[in-house]
Amino acid sequence: MKSGLSQLDRLENQSIFIIREAYSEFRDVAMLWSIGKDSTTLLWLVRKAFFGRIPFPVMHIDTTYKFKEIYDFRDKYAKEWGLNLIIAKNEDAIGKKMGPKKGKFQCCNELKTVALKKAIAKHGFKALYLGIRRDEHGIRAKERVFSPRDEDFEWDYKNQPPELWDQYKTKATEEEHLRVHPLLGWREVDVWEYVKREKIPVVKLYFAEGGKRYRSIGCETCCNPIDSDADTIEKVVEELKVSKISERSGRAQDKEDDYMMQKLRSLGYM
Amino acid sequence: MDVLSFVIVGHVDHGKSTLIGRLLYDTDSLAPDKIEEIKKASAEAGRDTEFAFLLDHLEEERKQGITIDTTQVFFKTDNRRYVIIDAPGHVEFVKNMITGASQAEAAVLIIDVVEGVKEQTKRHSYMLSMLGLEQVVVVLNKMDLVDFSQERFDAVRKDAGAWLKSINIEPIFYIPISAIRGDNIATKSDSLGWYTGPTFLESMDTLQNRQPPEDKSLLFPIQDVYKIEDKRINAGRVESGVIEKGLEIKVLPTGETTKVNSIERFLEDSDRAVASECIGMTTSDSVFLERGNVMCLPSDEPTVTDRIAANIFWMTKQELVKDQKLSIRCATQETSCKVESINKRINSSTLEVIEENAEVLKNLEVAEVIIKTKKALVIKDFNDVQELGRFVLVRDGNICAGGIISAAN
Repeated sequence: MKSGLSQLDRLENQSIFIIREAYSEFRDVAMLWSIGKDSTTLLWLVRKAFFGRIPFPVMHIDTTYKFKEIYDFRDKYAKEWGLNLIIAKNEDAIGKKMGPKKGKFQCCNELKTVALKKAIAKHGFKALYLGIRRDEHGIRAKERVFSPRDEDFEWDYKNQPPELWDQYKTKATEEEHLRVHPLLGWREVDVWEYVKREKIPVVKLYFAEGGKRYRSIGCETCCNPIDSDADTIEKVVEELKVSKISERSGRAQDKEDDYMMQKLRSLGYM
Repeated sequence: MDVLSFVIVGHVDHGKSTLIGRLLYDTDSLAPDKIEEIKKASAEAGRDTEFAFLLDHLEEERKQGITIDTTQVFFKTDNRRYVIIDAPGHVEFVKNMITGASQAEAAVLIIDVVEGVKEQTKRHSYMLSMLGLEQVVVVLNKMDLVDFSQERFDAVRKDAGAWLKSINIEPIFYIPISAIRGDNIATKSDSLGWYTGPTFLESMDTLQNRQPPEDKSLLFPIQDVYKIEDKRINAGRVESGVIEKGLEIKVLPTGETTKVNSIERFLEDSDRAVASECIGMTTSDSVFLERGNVMCLPSDEPTVTDRIAANIFWMTKQELVKDQKLSIRCATQETSCKVESINKRINSSTLEVIEENAEVLKNLEVAEVIIKTKKALVIKDFNDVQELGRFVLVRDGNICAGGIISAAN
């Protein structure tokens, strides 16, 4: 018998299963919301998984260098969707004027990874939902759906736990926390097709203005727009179907050194 | 457009990563900046452009020229999109290979035609058989190194065929290829004129998607219970069959019966859900339900038992000791258990029985065992509904083994 479910239905169901699985094991969880299209899609799926009542906080790691549009979007939908929003910053580093000019690796590590570490320590989260996808970067392709991090936040990528038949490593020791990746199997175009189907609001930076749009968004200082006339979701989907440029080509942290992403991730970067 | 996922397995250095690189290249699936990155990284490592670097992203993988962990990449043909799951060939990383293979709908077994069938060729294919992967395509790689000899191809094919038959795998095709040159990958090879079968890509387009068992009887394991306003919503995934409003159901292992009062989805009206859908539901009577309960039709109940016969594969360094405390997870059910007897300890690469009535089971070994569970489990025959016919064993929070239920005992 041919199933009536589409590829997007299959992805949606799988993600909801993973989201519920993590919450059933850990009640002390939070979701990381970068306000980009992926984590906003994840947020949408989390709302579905819990019938609109998200039973845990949604956390934004704020480097203070984000686009204004990102902050506006965050505040609007946090209110509209009734989110328990935590805004986490590394105040020490921000006080010391940390910025990309002091080195991109140091800046990402201090303002994102260290900020996250501090927030986890403060709130005692045992697991975190993240909207990363395998097709974003070769290092992310190696991730597990449930991925443990030790007390130093390190990712032991040489010895990852087995995952089979939707059975995951859902137990963590005192020192560990788990990263949970419900969107791991989605591709960029799947996300956009789902955004379109579900009418999920996204930051308008993704749509072309004056021949330029952002394909991936983060800090204003380290993101470059691409040449594009795609000013609607339909055009973005069409563009991605023919584009051969990789998604994160505008993101500085992927570029500087071949293994920068691996080094950042092994230290606990998202 | 449909998507099909397949895993590529085989012995180390038989050419898995090269085949994947070639597939991406020939189907025009590579971003120009990725090709540049690979060229640069290859040059820095002092090599010619290395297709394997497309997948081997970890620094250690590139420096040592091996695949450590499983990864996934995408390509498409005119007919379909594909997810390729790359699995490491080294014996140390078999658990990563199993992680990869358990997510696939089909498998490609790659064999170096010069070396022929080797240890991991056998072990990997045996794992495919245990995982229940029925669609297997065998490619015999490096045909250029044997002057495209049909005689050599036939000899290795015969050898591989005999092994695969012994583990109940019937490959759909055997295809002679040279991944490095691209022979018989996307286009027919002139050097292999004697071969009349499909190219690799043509063979992929014949594979079928695995369909969720919608035509089987209902099985709905509860994943969690949410109290929202006055409702107790039972959340879970329909593993087989169909669930509908008004349907009379039985809850196992408690044996209570009730009716489906509603099917719950966020911002959507619906009164029906089918296999593989994640939903919520409420019951007509206020029965107490919890994670691990399984709903079924009163007219077609699965087996409830606290003792099962199974085949397990052990995939952790520290050995399994008979009677030690473990837990077992089958769908959303979890309970403590022990392996009461290890009837046969089997070498997963040769199928040789190492020992009968053994006391321990070591890394990479397979065994026929009897498991005694603390609480009763709701199970099905693996060939009927895989989702309730397979399980993992967990020790100290770590998954140590996968298993296939052969019978209630």
